[in-house]
Amino acid sequence: MEDWKKLCPLADIPRLGSRVVKSAAGDIAVFRTADDEVFALHDKCPHKGGPLSQGIVAGKVVTCPMHSWKIQLENGEAMAPDVGCARSFAVKLEADMVWITL
Amino acid sequence: MKKQKLVMVGNGMAGCRTLEELLKLAPDMYDITVFGAEPHPNYNRIMLSPVLAGETKFDDIVLNDLAWYRDNGITLHAGKQVTKIDRKARKVVASDGTEASYDRLLLATGSSPFILPVPGKELPGVIAYRDIADTEAMIEAAKHHSHAVVIGAGLLGLEAANGLKLRGMDVTVVHLADWIMERQLDKTAADLLQASLEAKGLKFLLGKQTSELVQGESGRVATIRFKDGTGNHAELAADLVVMAVGIRPSTALAESAGIHCERGIVVDDTLQTYDPKIYAVGECVAHRGIAYGLVAPLFEQAKVCANHLAHMGIGRYSGSVTSTKLKVTGIDVFSAGNFMGGEGYEDIVLSDPSAGIYKRLVIKGDLLAGAVLYGDTADGAWYFQLLKDQQSIAEIRDHLMFGSHHVGAYHTGDAGHAGVSQAAAMPDTAEVCGCNGVCKGDIVKAIKTHGLFTIDDVRKHTKASSSCGSCTGLVEQILASTVGGAYQPADTKDKPVCGCTDHSHGVVRAAIRDQHLLTIPATMRCLEWRTPNGCATCRPTINYYLISSWPKEAEDDPQSRFINERAHANIQRDGTYSVVPRMWGGLTTPDELRRIANVAEKFAIPTVKMTGGARIDLLGIKKADLPLVWADLGMPSGHAYGKSIRTVKTCVGAEHCRFGTQLSMTMGVKLEKMLYGMWAPHKVKLAVSGCPRNCAEAGIKDVGVIGVDSGYELYVAGNGGIKTEVAQFFCKVTSDEEVLEYSAAFLQLYREEAFYLERTCHYIARVGLDHVKKIVVEDAARRKELYERLLFSLQDYEDPWAAAVTQPAVRREYEKLEVL
Repeated sequence: MEDWKKLCPLADIPRLGSRVVKSAAGDIAVFRTADDEVFALHDKCPHKGGPLSQGIVAGKVVTCPMHSWKIQLENGEAMAPDVGCARSFAVKLEADMVWITL
Repeated sequence: MKKQKLVMVGNGMAGCRTLEELLKLAPDMYDITVFGAEPHPNYNRIMLSPVLAGETKFDDIVLNDLAWYRDNGITLHAGKQVTKIDRKARKVVASDGTEASYDRLLLATGSSPFILPVPGKELPGVIAYRDIADTEAMIEAAKHHSHAVVIGAGLLGLEAANGLKLRGMDVTVVHLADWIMERQLDKTAADLLQASLEAKGLKFLLGKQTSELVQGESGRVATIRFKDGTGNHAELAADLVVMAVGIRPSTALAESAGIHCERGIVVDDTLQTYDPKIYAVGECVAHRGIAYGLVAPLFEQAKVCANHLAHMGIGRYSGSVTSTKLKVTGIDVFSAGNFMGGEGYEDIVLSDPSAGIYKRLVIKGDLLAGAVLYGDTADGAWYFQLLKDQQSIAEIRDHLMFGSHHVGAYHTGDAGHAGVSQAAAMPDTAEVCGCNGVCKGDIVKAIKTHGLFTIDDVRKHTKASSSCGSCTGLVEQILASTVGGAYQPADTKDKPVCGCTDHSHGVVRAAIRDQHLLTIPATMRCLEWRTPNGCATCRPTINYYLISSWPKEAEDDPQSRFINERAHANIQRDGTYSVVPRMWGGLTTPDELRRIANVAEKFAIPTVKMTGGARIDLLGIKKADLPLVWADLGMPSGHAYGKSIRTVKTCVGAEHCRFGTQLSMTMGVKLEKMLYGMWAPHKVKLAVSGCPRNCAEAGIKDVGVIGVDSGYELYVAGNGGIKTEVAQFFCKVTSDEEVLEYSAAFLQLYREEAFYLERTCHYIARVGLDHVKKIVVEDAARRKELYERLLFSLQDYEDPWAAAVTQPAVRREYEKLEVL
């Protein structure tokens, strides 16, 4: 069922940073944590559509650069008191290569 | 390892706050059991007055509902009073025989109301005012009876009287002293307060001592009798008598167990009693001889006590300065510290009786010792802060009475809320936070329903004052008038950087400097950060402290920079960026303008405009195009996006102007070239004018230079933005070289001493202009050192735009990935 697509070597994403992936569904932000976990979210904050990829990553949370909503990388949910959700995409790491399903 | 057992006696606000703090620090250390005499979970006792007044309901003032106890694995015995502590067997016994053994015991038994020892004190209809049961009894009495007498015109008594009046009773307040709230107000303020309470329909009998309460035919209290000064008796009808004459720490349980008590249970600075296994917090405690009755100090105790229960052992409680605010809707009264003055103290008084305004500031030496405000309490929080921080008022003394707005020290801004500064007068629908669209009503509701006590709590729940911060003062006032005596302004000196740490900016800076820390992880390890890699608040802060403390050694971390500084362009609301090329001193050439025009056409840049700093702004550029735009422009970054040197604005000066006395353009270009690449705690703007007509508007810049015939005048700490602030005269110099040296030294001191995100005006307000003058103007050696340190850290600065154009690794930031 799952259609994994090769994205990039892990080294192309900075630690505690992100890269933007072009897709038919719009831009997707792929994040890398300090522990080299990778996560992917639709690159639009549920608040006012700010590009989450441009935020600061800490732990498993990214802070939107527009109005500082905090979005959880694992499920795209905003942290309280804000309410909202960014769509998340499955990503995996295999032999230092990042894969994604769209 | 087997969990230790913690038993808490008393289920009130101080105790539960201690548990909350403890659970944050050490969630799994203890099995916790709580005994509470009242059959309720922990509720917000200070909100009883609004419940009595009918402004809120009991359900809304519960702070920790039963689910909270359950979720945290706490065993709650509500409605069971502990009657015995067996210190040998280390267990407590409740009145119904329930026992619990402990490794650590926490006493939070609170206080009980003092009941006057007069005949009739036990009659039906005579109550105290302490808990929900009392509040319900008053509400019930108001339905069936009409004559209420409140004994005691303190904070609680007046709030009770006000509530009973609102519930339709005829209320008389009887008070022993000659004026009301004599512990919190001087006579002038008290008289004003009394007059406005009388206007609400309350009656007062002052200087009256109660001698007896007399039973009526129904068996209920019917009359109160007084003993007046001459021995005559007077009396008053009373079918409800509320005694609000003070509280006594509840120490009976502790005393019966042989724990040393004086006025309250005696504790040391770690909240430990004479039995090292037993701690105590709250109103039952006597710390350095003082028993506190307001909630703010109790929360400070809770924090320290939790720290020791969690075996961290670093907190110390050294006592609190308290402030008072009456929670009677529509009346603003505030007091703090020693407001009565006395020998060695001076008063500054403002009295405008027909406007209903009275303010008295009590001063000792260069410090504010106390304050009483009536009618206009807008500056209460500011005065309280000055008091708590023991900040010298020497420089602001002549403006002190007129408030923070006149001094420009406290509020971070004054725009965005239509100039309104008095919270109590605002309707619920008035917008408080212009950035996030938060109205007064939203804030009050959040404070009441979520039990909020600090400005940070309010920010978290409502977003009010969380963006530009200019409404912070207003939100603080709303908080203060909603929670009354529970309000405690954040400690500006010791305020933690963010939720990841308890350390303040000052501590973090000092650690980086003293321990020679060079990376963010090393700093977080050294200071025991609570989160693995910080947050969007602390990482940029630490990054700045590192690169400013250890230039050329500490590495700048792009992932700890806000996006604008990482991308070297300003992100816009639609996710595109703006580009402002550097034009030294605001000067440009036909060739540069041609390149700018070509770029604008080639990349279909939708908006081209002049900035406030007299530069050209190209707006609406896609991130991927940024390096291409920069390559075509061939101009260095204008840093219009950074906490950094922005621009040096200039007038045409003596180069062209018939009035010009100095070459302001030349001077401006020299300054801007010297400061190129300077990162700072916040943005830095300069201006150079060629004569005192000051066309470059140097009076609202961080450093303003004004040419005069004999040289230059330097002004510092101006600000034209969030908080309009006129720059202050700094010094006069004669040569261009001196302008460079003094400006650089001032800015380097700011870079080394200011907290991250503090503009020069806020920094100067904190440390005082004299401090800066002493180092930069009066001490030639230190000035030279500062100047050289700045030049050293700016040496070999590489234009970030050129780097993105020429280095593929840097350019990757701007490129999107495609799926293969």
